[in-house]
Order: sequence, then C-alpha cells, then structure tokens
Amino acid sequence: MLLTFSNGVHPQEFKGWTHEKAIERLPFFEDYVIPLSQHIGAPAKSLVRKGQKVSRGELIAEPTAYLSVAYHSPVDGFVTAIELAEHPGGKMVPSIKIKADRFSAQRMSKKTINWKSLSSKEFSQQLQQSGMVGLGGAAFPSHVKFGVPDDKKCDYLIINGCECEPFLTADHRVMAEYPEEVMKGIEILHHFLKPKKTYIGIEANKADAINKLTQAAKQYPALAVEIVTLEVKYPQGAEKMLISAILKEEVPSGTIPLDGGYLVSNVGTVAAVAEYFESAKPLIERIVTISGSNIKRPANLLVPIGTSLKQVLEACGGFKSSASGESTRILLGGPMMGMAQKSLDVPIVKGTSGILALSPAEVRNFDTYKCIRCGRCLDACPMFLNPSTLGLLAKKGMYEEMLEENLLDCMECASCSYVCPSGIPLVQSFRVAKAINRERKVA
Amino acid sequence: MKKELTLSTSPFLHDSASTKWIMFQVIYALLPVIAAATFFFGLSALLLIAVSVMACLITERMFTKTRQQEASSLKDGSAVITGILLALTLPPGFPLWMAFIGGVAAIGMGKMIWGGLGQNIFNPALLGRAFLQSAFPTAITTWSVPDGRYFGLRGTNLALPFFQGESLDTVTTATPLALMKFQQEGTEWLSLLVGNTSGSLGETSAALLMLAGVYLGIRRVFDWRIPLSIILTVFLLSGVFYLINPERFPSPDFMLLSGGLLLGAVFMATDPVTSPYTSKGIWYFGFGIGFLVVLIRLFGGLPEGVMYAVLLMNSVTPLLNKFTRRRVYGHLKNG
Repeated sequence: MLLTFSNGVHPQEFKGWTHEKAIERLPFFEDYVIPLSQHIGAPAKSLVRKGQKVSRGELIAEPTAYLSVAYHSPVDGFVTAIELAEHPGGKMVPSIKIKADRFSAQRMSKKTINWKSLSSKEFSQQLQQSGMVGLGGAAFPSHVKFGVPDDKKCDYLIINGCECEPFLTADHRVMAEYPEEVMKGIEILHHFLKPKKTYIGIEANKADAINKLTQAAKQYPALAVEIVTLEVKYPQGAEKMLISAILKEEVPSGTIPLDGGYLVSNVGTVAAVAEYFESAKPLIERIVTISGSNIKRPANLLVPIGTSLKQVLEACGGFKSSASGESTRILLGGPMMGMAQKSLDVPIVKGTSGILALSPAEVRNFDTYKCIRCGRCLDACPMFLNPSTLGLLAKKGMYEEMLEENLLDCMECASCSYVCPSGIPLVQSFRVAKAINRERKVA
Repeated sequence: MKKELTLSTSPFLHDSASTKWIMFQVIYALLPVIAAATFFFGLSALLLIAVSVMACLITERMFTKTRQQEASSLKDGSAVITGILLALTLPPGFPLWMAFIGGVAAIGMGKMIWGGLGQNIFNPALLGRAFLQSAFPTAITTWSVPDGRYFGLRGTNLALPFFQGESLDTVTTATPLALMKFQQEGTEWLSLLVGNTSGSLGETSAALLMLAGVYLGIRRVFDWRIPLSIILTVFLLSGVFYLINPERFPSPDFMLLSGGLLLGAVFMATDPVTSPYTSKGIWYFGFGIGFLVVLIRLFGGLPEGVMYAVLLMNSVTPLLNKFTRRRVYGHLKNG
C-alpha cells in the first residue's frame, strides 16, 4: 500500500507530453520584465536607473523588509525603464525592464560560497540576497521558511517531490536530471536545520526520479534521507496532505507546520539552493513546463525570470490550432490551482511552474444544476470540510456564517469544484467569501 | 497571436460525472426493470409508466414556466426518474387517472414546492405513492396476476377520472408479503428472484433489481453503502427473529427478495437529495431503514413497510448530516 492522505481526487494526469523530455535552456531574447513584487510581502526597491548597464546575475533590487527578497538581472544588458507593468497575478506592478545585450555570451563568473562557515542567521541572509523563493508555485521567500526562529525547531524536513498538479513535470525533471543537486541542497539544509529525520515524498508515477534519488542518497549516508513513494492523488503535494501521508499527523488549525516541527520544501527549491551555494548564481532562471493540447512542442524549459509568455510559447512552436490564441485558455501553473492569463505579454515570474495552453475541449463549460447533496465534495475535500453547505451559504451571501463552517481551513485546492456534478463553482465562491470577510474585518 | 484570451478561474479540469449523467445512468439502470414489468404485466405496465412520467414532466414544467432561468430543469432527467419510480410502485391494474394524480403530487408536493431539485426533504416518488395510498387505499392494494398477456389491460386501468371503474380481469391475488402476513404462506424464492409473483410493477424481479444496483454502484452513480446497509440490516435482524421463531417469522431471504425492499434500497433510498452525505450518516440511514422495514413488516398492521421506512429516514436526514459531521482536519473536535 502506498502512503497517502484521506479524500482527494484523481484527475487525469496529462504528464505524458513532457515527463520524459529533458530540460532545455531557452535562448536569450531581447526584452525582459522583472516585477519587483513576485510573492506575498513587501516589494523590493530598485537599485538601478534608466539606461544603466547591468550584467547577468547583478543585484538590481534589494529587499525592503524581512518578508521581501532581492532581484537580479537575468541577462547582460541595460535598463530601459522602471515602470508599472502587467503581472501574471492580474495587477500592474512596478517592474524593471531590461534590454539584453545581443553580443554578450551571457556567461557568469563562477564562485562558491563557503556555506559551512556561515551561521544560521547568515545563511538566511544569504538566501534573502539570492532572491530565493519557493518554486512550487506559492513563491514564499525561502529565507523566511528556512530561517527557523529560536523558539521553533525543525524536527522533520520533508522534501516535496509530489508535483500532483496535472500536466506539470518541472519538479519531476529536476529529480530525474539533477538528483545530486537535490541531495546537495538537502545536505546544506541539514547543516542549518538539524532535523531528526528527512523525507523526500514522491508520487508513484515518477519511478525514474525515485530510482535516481535513491542512488544519489547513497552518497550521503549520514543524512539518512528516506524516500517515500506516495499514491498518485491530488492534492498530495499540499503541505498538510504530505505531512498526513508521511507522518500520519495533522497540522492543527490556525498553526503553521513549523509549530509542530515540520518543514516542507519543494524539491526544485532545494536544488536551486544548492546551485546558489555552489556557484553563487542567484535565482534568475527557473524550470517551467510548457504543455497542453494546444502547444505544438511541449517541453520543460530553463527560462530566465522576466521572459514574456509570448516568447516562451513561440519557442515551443506556438499554438496548434489555427484559431490563434482566442480559443486557447492560457494558464500559469497547473490546471487545478493555476491562473488564466488575459495577455501573453506578462513575464515568467519566480513562482511560474508551468504554462499551459488548453483547448476548449479540455476546459469545457460544465452545465450547472442545483446542488443535489450527493456528497461527492465531502468525499473529495482533503480538509474534511463541507463544501456543499459552504457553497449554499456563499450563494446566499452569508459570508460570515461561512467562517463557522471553517471557511478559513479551506486551502483552495479546488477538489470540490472538480468533482461537483452540478458544476457549482464551489472553490471560486470560497475565494470570494474569504476576500469579502477580509475586507469586512479591515473596515 | 491575439490579445483577447478567455479568462476564468481554476480549476480548469472537471470530473466526467455531471448531474445529468448521474440521472441518465439511473434511467438506464431502470430500463431492464421496466422491461421485466412489461414482460409480466404487458401494456398495463407501459401505460402506467407513460402516464406517470408525463404527469411528472407536465407538473415540473408548470412550476418552472414562470421562472425562465429554470426552464431547463426538465432536461436534467430527474422528473423522468420520479415518474418511472412512482409507476414502479403501483399495482398493474391501477387506474391511469390516479397514476396521473400521483405524478402531480410527487413532483408538485414532493419536489417543486420545496424549491425544486435538491431542495426537497422527502423522496418525491415515495411521497407521491404515500399520497395515493391514503387517497385510494383500495385501488393501490388490488393486485393482478403476472400472466404475461401483452395486449390485455388489467384491473381498473381504464377507469374514468373520479371513478373506481369495473375491473377488466376478474382474477386478483395477494402479494407474497400479504400471503405471509395474513395466511402464513410462503413463496418459492426462485419465483421471487425471477419475479413471476404478484406485486407492484417494479418489485417483482429481485434478480434484475440487484443487477441494477451493482451497475449503479460500480459506476459510482450512487453510494453503495446505502443499499448495502439496508440489506444487511434487514437480513441480520429478520434472521434473528427467524431463529427465535421460524414458525411465526419469515426467513431472512424471503424478507430480502419479497416486496419493495430491493426497489426501495436500490432506487429510492439512494436518492442523493434525500439521503445523508456524511459517511457515518449514510450507515445510520441504511440501518434505520432496515430496522423500520423489519419492524413494520413483522409487527405492524401493513404487510409492507419500505415506503414508510424510507420516508421516515428521509425526514431525519438533515439531522443525521448535522450530527455526523466529520472532524475538520487540524481540529480537535467536531464542528
């Protein structure tokens, strides 16, 4: 029996298009846009002026608070503007625009950082300076996640290699192609966090990744890393679900995993941490899965942060259907929690794990009916909430009553909307309800 | 590439089962049962089903006529199911005009006045039958013999509205349950399985009902725990009574195969709208129905009790849902 959590759903995987495709480097293009706010917390402050020359990997914006990270230029070039630009999140965000130097080889000088001599605090500061954030999708600043406060302790370090979202294969490729980097990253984290036990959780559909990591782990017997094969089920990669699956324990409501001694980190982030300490290369590029039935050439690409969607898609041969982009739904992230985009001019940001172009057949509009109380949503919800009741309350606008039904425990994994045979926009209405409750609280 | 892209919010994938799909799966599962009813009761069966379904569709249409946005509710198939199920609970010789009134009551009183699909407390088909039972107690307990005459009409099928009518066939009989209750006379279990016994249209062939149940369970159209818990409870509880006094009480296999138990367990109790949706609630619901069926059949004044058992448990479904809520992840206590 494979380990897993209770409830959840089994969407079709759609990973076959890219899961065996090796990571390719995307060529450099002319224009880059670096939004100065790519995660929750404070935006960074620009350190460059219009017209200034920048080199690849150079610091261009510095953090302004604890929950804020640095930004670096992904290319050799010069700053063309510092102005508002479209962000994949839908807002206009202050951004640094850079034009790449056509004749630059885009090579970086290699340095190493002697991480063993760093204190925990210096380690955290280094991560903040490297611009590191979680690469799984939420882009939570890594120096905060790994900067464990003195009153807390990381007992269990869990490396998340589930990648439970359909279509996405970026983490899968990292594990299959860079298992040594992953292990190196774990060694570094081990040094500073000193966990009692480290696990790597991987869904059973990534056998090659499991083999490669098992081999690589043999080089580090002192770390005693245990590789756990998990059932393929959505949302297996959610922090709380992963802790349930591996340790059979729950994260109490209203606390963060670290309060219970658990620290969960995406596997791609761990490899990126290793890369930074080995070569001093800050977070200026990331691996992105480009897939979906409407993409001519699906791929896993190493993309500089700030490249526009349009350029990435063109590098993949563009759209299949002759109907251009109109009949295509463009998503950033996976199909369960990702965001649809209205423009192809938005840049790849640090949290972009995938670009999907779905055909109308895949994103079919479901007829909506009234709730028939079938209970499928109750059997799907990994938090054991009652989405049916929450949905009825939301429909009546009873947002405050939804709090008594534990609305705030909802992590918006969308399993309820996925199974609802009546096509009721459950998770969608929960997001609205949360936002309205937040505003009412402020007001 | 154009600038205009379609926006919507996640999730962008959806499970293949829709409410309409669920309803039509139930209708498909009912087709063999309808065929069996036609085999045993000929044209009478088809006419009763047609009239009942028509009455349900017309009533649903009347109620939604003024509400434009819900005019499509006919297409979801739920009214068709109610119509078929209502007809399957009627005796073959039942007057057609009464069946029509039953359909109107089922959809009107059983569903639409509550607010339509998903809002009702009681199973509409059973509510319609309960209405007929109290309005026309004689007609609904007059049973024809399953003689397989295809073109012959039975009983008082063609009675004029508001009249009981003259019976078209002179032969009436008692159902296996009534035989057992009032004359302590058993029926061969093979007859019960095949269905050539007297009874309502849909309660004759136990084998087909079980097959339909297996199909719906495998396709995950309904929650298999509901029929299973009902059947288990009836079997075990009546088994205990049978062991205590085999002279007085019927055997558990007779209890399972006779009357409307399987029809009720497979098609009535599993109505998602009127059954609980919590795991524990589902088991309690099934136990409750099984318990009440045994109680009514063995100790009540009526030979059959499935209808009342299901309706009674329908009424406590909201309570069951409330008191069997699952503890939310990361919470210590329920609620």
